[in-house]
Amino acid sequence: MSTSTAADLSYLDNTGTDPAVRARLVVGDNDFHSITEKVCGIVEQPRTPPAWWVLFAISSSLTLVLFAMIGYLVTTGIGVWGLQVPVSWGYAIVNFVFWVGIGHAGTLISAILFLLRQRWRTSINRFAEGMTIFAVVCAGIFPGIHIGRVWLAYWLFPIPNQMLMWPNFRSPLLWDVFAVGTYATVSLLFWYMGMIPDLASLRDRAKTRIRYYAYGLLSLGWRSSNRHWHRFEFAYLLLASLATPLVLSVHSVVSFDFAVSIMPGWHTTIFPPYFVAGAIFSGFAMVVTLIIPTRKIFGLEEIITARHLENMAKIMLATGMMVGLAYSTEFFIAWYSGNRYEAFTFLNRAFGPYAWAYWTMVTCNVVVPQIFWSRRLRNNPAVLWVASILINVGMWFERFVIVVSSLSRDYLPTSWGYYRPTIIDVLTFVGSFGLFFTLFLLFVRFLPIIGMAEVKGVMPQAHLDRPGHRGHGDYHGDIAASEVV
Amino acid sequence: MSERTAPAAGEPGALYGYLVEFDKVDELLVGARAVRDAGYTRWDAHTPFVIHGLDAAMGVKKTVLPYLVFGAGLTGTVGGIALQWWTNAVDYPYLISGKPLFSLPANIPVAFETTILFAALTALVAMLALNGLPRLYHPLFTNRAFKRATDDRFFISIEAADPLFDRSATRELLESLSGRTVEVIEEA
Repeated sequence: MSTSTAADLSYLDNTGTDPAVRARLVVGDNDFHSITEKVCGIVEQPRTPPAWWVLFAISSSLTLVLFAMIGYLVTTGIGVWGLQVPVSWGYAIVNFVFWVGIGHAGTLISAILFLLRQRWRTSINRFAEGMTIFAVVCAGIFPGIHIGRVWLAYWLFPIPNQMLMWPNFRSPLLWDVFAVGTYATVSLLFWYMGMIPDLASLRDRAKTRIRYYAYGLLSLGWRSSNRHWHRFEFAYLLLASLATPLVLSVHSVVSFDFAVSIMPGWHTTIFPPYFVAGAIFSGFAMVVTLIIPTRKIFGLEEIITARHLENMAKIMLATGMMVGLAYSTEFFIAWYSGNRYEAFTFLNRAFGPYAWAYWTMVTCNVVVPQIFWSRRLRNNPAVLWVASILINVGMWFERFVIVVSSLSRDYLPTSWGYYRPTIIDVLTFVGSFGLFFTLFLLFVRFLPIIGMAEVKGVMPQAHLDRPGHRGHGDYHGDIAASEVV
Repeated sequence: MSERTAPAAGEPGALYGYLVEFDKVDELLVGARAVRDAGYTRWDAHTPFVIHGLDAAMGVKKTVLPYLVFGAGLTGTVGGIALQWWTNAVDYPYLISGKPLFSLPANIPVAFETTILFAALTALVAMLALNGLPRLYHPLFTNRAFKRATDDRFFISIEAADPLFDRSATRELLESLSGRTVEVIEEA
């Protein structure tokens, strides 16, 4: 990291070479109160930092661009986009899959890593859950507008209507409505429920009446009762157990939109696991992209430690390799199946008109993560940050390649075409980043971005001091017994 | 507090109970065990985070929450399948490519999602309901020291409504456990 040259900051480095040694989850001279001070301090700054206003001005302007583009689309028609036969799915679907994918890291961190007793998740789960919700908000916009007739969006839902018709439940597009809708709801519940004790901390520290009432209402009168904690923990465990299959189902269902069709390049059984691995990959990349500047700006290096970044780099390396394996498996099966259309599609992807997009994808998603094999490179936040952005780019191109290259060369050569987005397409996509960052900045300013109650629970002080009470398996204890710093 | 006025329980000024503070996790656990063994029933510990072993030290019984969530999940499964059967096979039969009007495999994804949705909503709502939340007012909130229960301090509170509650004996018990002065909490 950039501070590694300064000797007095070397305590921040809790990355280790020996995997048998547990890293400290919080470094520095922290106690429970200092954690509260650091995390609540971000929200309680009396003056909003100027940098926040600059970023907010940019992102909220881009959000207005998004709304303007949607307004133009709705008032004019779908012709403002670059869609043409045969490519009738373009940016809207690419962006939808891209944003839903990013939305996977939050629930992965909060649910799957919780069940796997990965205690390092506590420093980053709130942050990642927030990011998930904002990404799902962005994702939800695109299916709603992609037909251009937003006033008919209610057709998506099984509600009695004037046509006396119901939606077709054998369509994967409707499964998507249920999967993404459930995912958005459950992610929101999970995020909010985990935040209740921390909102109570903000309530109890409130200096102004508005803050006292606002956080008081949001924290629902939480009074830290252990009888309440007991049910809270159980509810959290249950939500984690429910969210784990859910998070795996969401991108599987999204992949059915493609896999259930008969398009070459789409009609493959590898799609569900391939999409889920890609989703986790892109989600972690987005978490890293956001968390590196945030921890630097707010001085959270002692809570979101170097080891956290290293762990995320390792997960990106693993999921990047899975994605790379999926790319090569697709090619192998295209040849091994003996299906001419399938073989053509894949040769066309790599060497056809969209080869530039294909090789961008391969470079960003398969080649770039390989640098994480190097301990030095993955522990350099600047390198990690740039790599995470490249991975985001690559994952967007993955969806672009899947959607566009297959459609532009379908079964009938006379209808082949080349898809070009219009400026409206591009501005809508850029605008969705504005919405994402606007929501993210509001979150950073007004809500606790680190789960204080959970971080305190994994600190050494949270455990019994008396000998003979250490080491209740791997869940609690034995931190101080062997640690790096 | 003065002993001469005795407002009826629950009225402003009536005694709600005693509150005592602990610095460390293990002191709290020892204290909780002692209060449990003394036989109190209407009492609680207040901690800024979940403490491993405190449920056992307090003798908290396992919650019924998982059964409620399981029931809600089953309701979601049955509801999801019934919805698809009614809408696509009965009320408006969809004949698509000669496929059967009702076939379970095609209905699994939506039934799965409704299962999760019902169970997850129940997990949150039932947790809050069993905890008696939201409850924006509570006598404990009148105590200044108690604000640190969401920060770095640990507390035990015993309600005056407990059958074993005795103004002097309970106070002595708590003071002997924590070595600190017992705070008197009144209804406001």
